[in-house]
Amino acid sequence: MEIPYTVSTRPDTGLWNAKVGIWLFLASEVMLFGGLFSAYIFLRLDAPPGMWPHGLLNVPVGTMNTAILIMSSVTVVLAWAALKMRRYRAYWWYMLATILCGVIFLTVKLVYEWPQKFDHFGAYIKPEALGNYEQYLGNEHAAAKGLPPRLEITGHLHNRAALNDPNIKDYEVALDPVNADPINPAMDRPHFFYMPPTDKIAKIEKEDVQYATMFLPKHSAYFASYFTITGLHGMHVLGGVLVFIYMWLPVSKKLYQRNPEHLANRVEVAGLFWHFVDLIWIFVFPLFYLL
Amino acid sequence: MSLKGFHIVFIIFSTLLALGIGASCIWVDLVEGAPIYLAGAILSLAAAVVLVIYGVWFYRKMKRLRIIT
Repeated sequence: MEIPYTVSTRPDTGLWNAKVGIWLFLASEVMLFGGLFSAYIFLRLDAPPGMWPHGLLNVPVGTMNTAILIMSSVTVVLAWAALKMRRYRAYWWYMLATILCGVIFLTVKLVYEWPQKFDHFGAYIKPEALGNYEQYLGNEHAAAKGLPPRLEITGHLHNRAALNDPNIKDYEVALDPVNADPINPAMDRPHFFYMPPTDKIAKIEKEDVQYATMFLPKHSAYFASYFTITGLHGMHVLGGVLVFIYMWLPVSKKLYQRNPEHLANRVEVAGLFWHFVDLIWIFVFPLFYLL
Repeated sequence: MSLKGFHIVFIIFSTLLALGIGASCIWVDLVEGAPIYLAGAILSLAAAVVLVIYGVWFYRKMKRLRIIT
């Protein structure tokens, strides 16, 4: 059966079918991500002072990933333009570059950024015990400067067994710079550049801790939002990459030889999806990494 | 909207992001005098200029090739 309006436009809409379909799909995606962004903004606005983490993400790596996605948008549109000009060889190379950009983005996310978070530890101190850890929190300094109080001690957990073993009475933490030197004025604001944990070890007694966990979604509303939105975004990137791989394989050359405009339209639809996914990242990056 | 139009919208948003990062880096540098942020500002603003130049090049190329969908 011949599917109508894959190349020619419908008389009633003035568009070919797939373009109407992709825009309806993208409208539903706007609602999906819009709901998640709204949830993030309201959670953040409602967070008590000192309870919303700052400066925990690796900004240079996030910036590199942003540049990679922008680059992939350029290559996918050039791939589409190459098809319109009937230059299949150029299309093939541009599409390969797009696929590589998507794969690099996902690799950085899944192999570097997320595991780095899973390996990081944070302990929220009980309000009545905050004074015991003043040397790591620097709250007198923060109060004098009119800054929100620090309630959490973060770093690399040396005795990871302490998370599950009730017989271990304290957490041994290689402190992050902000807790190693809390009264340093340079620590008064979040850092854009990654600073690894220091050699300074703190022992935090479990009975002084309100809540302790690795940087997992259960750590805070911040990380729950971060992993949900970046995870959903990553799944969209993966979906886009799989579609592009299909369009890059020899099977698509057969379609090109039979009806090049049909393949160009398929690439345009996939390219619209890809641009939407990249546009989502343009909002994710400043919201989570910078603000 | 065609892919061409959406691409131009995307490049505009990317340029605004680069300008925003550049401005915030300049602000941090002015407040704290941290040279690394000045370097970040220069890189971000350079990226914004490159994106504008690319956007204009792309628009003209599409117009010249009459790729309209």
